[in-house]
Amino acid sequence: MTRVLALALAVLLLGAPGAAAAACPRTSVADLEDEVMCPVCGESLAVARESPLAARERALIQRLVRRCETKQQVKDELVAQFGPSVLALPPRRGFAASAYLVPLLGGIAAIAATALLLRRWRRRPAPAVPRAATAAERRRLEAELDRLR
Amino acid sequence: MRYARAAIFLPLIALIVVLLGYGVAHQHGSRTLDRALAEGRRPAAPAFRLPRLGAQGVARAADWRGRVVLVNFWASWCTPCRDESPLLERWQKRLSGEGATVVGVDTEDVASDALGFAHRMKLTYPLLRDRDGEAAREFGVTGYPETIVLDRRGRVAAVKRGPVDDAFMIEQVAPLLGEAT
Repeated sequence: MTRVLALALAVLLLGAPGAAAAACPRTSVADLEDEVMCPVCGESLAVARESPLAARERALIQRLVRRCETKQQVKDELVAQFGPSVLALPPRRGFAASAYLVPLLGGIAAIAATALLLRRWRRRPAPAVPRAATAAERRRLEAELDRLR
Repeated sequence: MRYARAAIFLPLIALIVVLLGYGVAHQHGSRTLDRALAEGRRPAAPAFRLPRLGAQGVARAADWRGRVVLVNFWASWCTPCRDESPLLERWQKRLSGEGATVVGVDTEDVASDALGFAHRMKLTYPLLRDRDGEAAREFGVTGYPETIVLDRRGRVAAVKRGPVDDAFMIEQVAPLLGEAT
């Protein structure tokens, strides 16, 4: 019994680092660089190639990735280092939420305006269909044409 | 019908105007300080409040009131900053005995890189951290390094856009040391 327990413990101890290694890394520089900004470049880290700060930022992300941190943990660390403006997508709260709200309101306004225009267009009276000429009118038309020939 | 359209479009237009106004009001990086200095005025320095680099606590501009302060904006990834720092450290040794100090503001940088830089360069002057460059923008900083010199009354007395040199220190900083508070 003791031998079985010892064997089970050994398997667990040997397996634990393997399981941890399988779960690590949890993200990558490539996965993150289009979601964060290079602060001094004014463009995403994926685009910023020349800037020395971009190189430092990538090195920091690489260190954090090697430490097995998740994507969110890496982003949190970048915010701690550079402030919230390092995130390519603005936060969904505070004034920054207007980045999401304005397009939404604009879309609603556009739909409402289209609906109003459509309603107006459909309410317009249909153009009058010309009626067919009577026999007397046709005879008179023929007579007029004969006179001109 | 007309009122319905107005009810939709007016709030939208108002929102756009508010957003534009906000954007304009929060534009920094102007050269207001430079213009004031060119006109012979000494404008009040922006009242910054920043955490200390590699230490606990925050520092305010008012903490150095009564001293001549060289607020030097730098970053560890900035090559001219590396070239400039030995000169600043040399001047700090002289200035500290004359009621003046250099205050280094590490801006838009990785804190551990900045600490490594300070250690390598053996910097002894106070170091602060402006992680998102907000204080730098308040001072109209657009590149690194830049140095803003404050007189003993907390007013901006000189600005150096780019690395400082001995000539700047002698011509712009040294005369301020003799001024009264």
